[in-house]
Amino acid sequence: MNNQPTTHRIHPHKFTLWMAIGSICMMFAGLTSAYIVKRNQDNFLEFDLPIIFWLSTIVIILSSVTMHLALKAYKARKTNKFKMFITATAALGALFAAMQAVGFLDLENHGIPLIGFKSNAAASFILVILGVHALHVLGGVVALVITFVKALFKKTNQYNNIPVEVLSTYWHFVGILWIYLLVFLIWLR
Amino acid sequence: MSNAAVLHSNIGTMHDDHSAHHEHHHQETFINKYVFSQDHKMIAKQFLITGMVWALIGGFLSVLFRMQLGFPEESFPWLEDLLGKWWAAGGRITAQGYYALVTTHGTVLVFFVLTAGLSGTFANFLIPLQIGARDMASPFMNMLSYWFFFAAGVIMLASIFVQTGPFSGGWTAYPPLSALGDASPGSKTGMDMWIISMALFVVSSLLGGLNYIATILNMRTKGMSMTRMPLTIWALLFTAILGVLSFPVLLSGFILLIFDRNFGTSFYLSDIFLASTNTALPNEGGSAILFQHLFWFLGHPEVYIIMLPAMGMVSEIISINSRKPIFGYLAMVGSLFAIATLAFLVWAHHMFVTGLNPFLGSIFALLTLLIALPSSIKVFNWLTTLWRGNIRLTPGMLFAIGFVSMFISGGLTGIWVGNATLDIHLHDTYFVIAHFHLVMGVASMFGMFAGVYHWFPKMYGRHMNNTLAYIHFWITLIGAYLIFWPMHYQGLAGMPRRYYDYSIWESFKQFSELNRFISIVVFITFIAQLLFLINFFYSIWKGRKATNLNPYGANTLEWTTPINPGHGNWPGEIPEVHRWAYDYGKDGKDFITQTTPVGEEESTEHH
Repeated sequence: MNNQPTTHRIHPHKFTLWMAIGSICMMFAGLTSAYIVKRNQDNFLEFDLPIIFWLSTIVIILSSVTMHLALKAYKARKTNKFKMFITATAALGALFAAMQAVGFLDLENHGIPLIGFKSNAAASFILVILGVHALHVLGGVVALVITFVKALFKKTNQYNNIPVEVLSTYWHFVGILWIYLLVFLIWLR
Repeated sequence: MSNAAVLHSNIGTMHDDHSAHHEHHHQETFINKYVFSQDHKMIAKQFLITGMVWALIGGFLSVLFRMQLGFPEESFPWLEDLLGKWWAAGGRITAQGYYALVTTHGTVLVFFVLTAGLSGTFANFLIPLQIGARDMASPFMNMLSYWFFFAAGVIMLASIFVQTGPFSGGWTAYPPLSALGDASPGSKTGMDMWIISMALFVVSSLLGGLNYIATILNMRTKGMSMTRMPLTIWALLFTAILGVLSFPVLLSGFILLIFDRNFGTSFYLSDIFLASTNTALPNEGGSAILFQHLFWFLGHPEVYIIMLPAMGMVSEIISINSRKPIFGYLAMVGSLFAIATLAFLVWAHHMFVTGLNPFLGSIFALLTLLIALPSSIKVFNWLTTLWRGNIRLTPGMLFAIGFVSMFISGGLTGIWVGNATLDIHLHDTYFVIAHFHLVMGVASMFGMFAGVYHWFPKMYGRHMNNTLAYIHFWITLIGAYLIFWPMHYQGLAGMPRRYYDYSIWESFKQFSELNRFISIVVFITFIAQLLFLINFFYSIWKGRKATNLNPYGANTLEWTTPINPGHGNWPGEIPEVHRWAYDYGKDGKDFITQTTPVGEEESTEHH
């Protein structure tokens, strides 16, 4: 696959990823527009977001940096560096998801229940929207682990950039999606 | 082509030059050929046959509830033997059974038959064959798409047999019936299974849709520019785009519903007193209308997801069997685009009576009526393609023309119900039932029948029996009109849909004989569908063998493959395309296939 003739057409797998990104965007558009509709109705609780969501933002930005370095290392065929950065990215991704969970608990501890009959839709939305986003991050972590294991047991000297490029695009996307969600939630409270 | 070379290097060479590739020859076992197949043609057949099983089940459910509607005072003891007490105590369909029947009928027909069964079958089958690709962009995702659909089906089927019955709050699954387990028997386990099944179905649609789009845009053979694609492919492309953009929104609606059902949140619930448990619920601030917005944002595009593949196939079949180029190719593409765009802008016309702001209602009415424009462009072009054509009334062609007839009949009433003011009277009446069954239900079934009859020789290398097909066509056409036409009158008289027994209503008693008539026609039409099933399965093994590579004298690429193409479709190189798909009757030639290079003296229109 190294010596493919250069074509200006996008690789079908990359294209499929972009379509999937569009699809995921529609899902969050659905959720956030539901949020807007609810917000304009009575009884929508106002509260401050936990500080930890700011910290998790730093973590996910860092993970984007390590992902970028991992892709660079892969393209330069520096396998050890690649393995290191991909591990770091996966770890940061998992840390991000854990921090979001801590954020949920933090809200609960401050008397803002996210689920149950006493919950307000404003708080439940935080759980649903951020929870669905965290699941997408965890999905990326699983893909990173698979890529790492594949690199570990790689026997041939063949390199194919496409899977790593696809993964990297997805990873940056979930990062950008998080920043959108954070801005959205700060803006519309 | 490089993309095909990248993805399908393993399957493409499978059939050419066996001696050189002998050691690479991939052993086909029963499991990977018929079960976990990654060949798009086999996956298409899996979708088709699963869809047919669901059509049989969904159709049978309508036979059962038509028994209740046509014969509300009679009892059929054998029904209790067949279905048990929950469904038919004393041989009469119970109220809970009736609601379970109509709900499951709607869900199954809309999603499993006319979405998965229709676009699942023909997108899988036709896209690689007609654009000149060895397989889909990702055959593995394609296989997953089918198996997610299969799992969704198993769970939905199982829900029919649970003790409290399947979900019975209507196929739209509005809360609170869908959100509160205590609201009705079907809202308990039945709804849990309904929602799991539908979530799996959404995943299946997304995996399939992504693949269809990626394949159409990236895997076309040399020379197959977008404007040379057959209209089937255009229609399937827009269908997939609609699905990929609208199903995720339905999924977000379902996620919020799951939280309301299982985790006590109040997205959709507010101020509810439950008579069944005699309690007031603590949920506050929720809005059931929010679910309707999220549901219909999918729900309306879903109608076009069902329609467009049928439109595409009908365009192709009508052109081939009129021996004329399709009239207004670019107008056909443009109108598909317009319909797909408008599909996202009209969802609130399902919600005119929810207390929607009348100003918003008028905007949605305007946008809805705009759909009449591209729709009538399409009808005009089908009729002008038929005009003075050298028409061959094959079974596929008959069903294609039948589609146009149904689409006109049902489409005209769309102009009625699209008006907010008229809809206040017609909403949730039999008028709406008649409208959507004709325009999307029966019409799309006709498109599906047309597709199966037309492409059967390509699927199985044999022909279906024409006599049976003609009988099937005429009974179905006449039956469909006799069933749905009278419903317009019932609806205009205000007869609401989803009622269990109209004989106790003074205003609707007058229709009891009409209801009986409709029910009898339903039974006959249902039995006529068995002719199709018998014809289909008999012909797979015993049908007349196809001996002609191109039995219809068609231009498109699928007829350049061998009669029984293997995985990879073309034994040698993928053919190059030199012209559009509709050169029929050009320069005195009956047809010129897409693979024929343009001659020197050929007239210059359309290449």
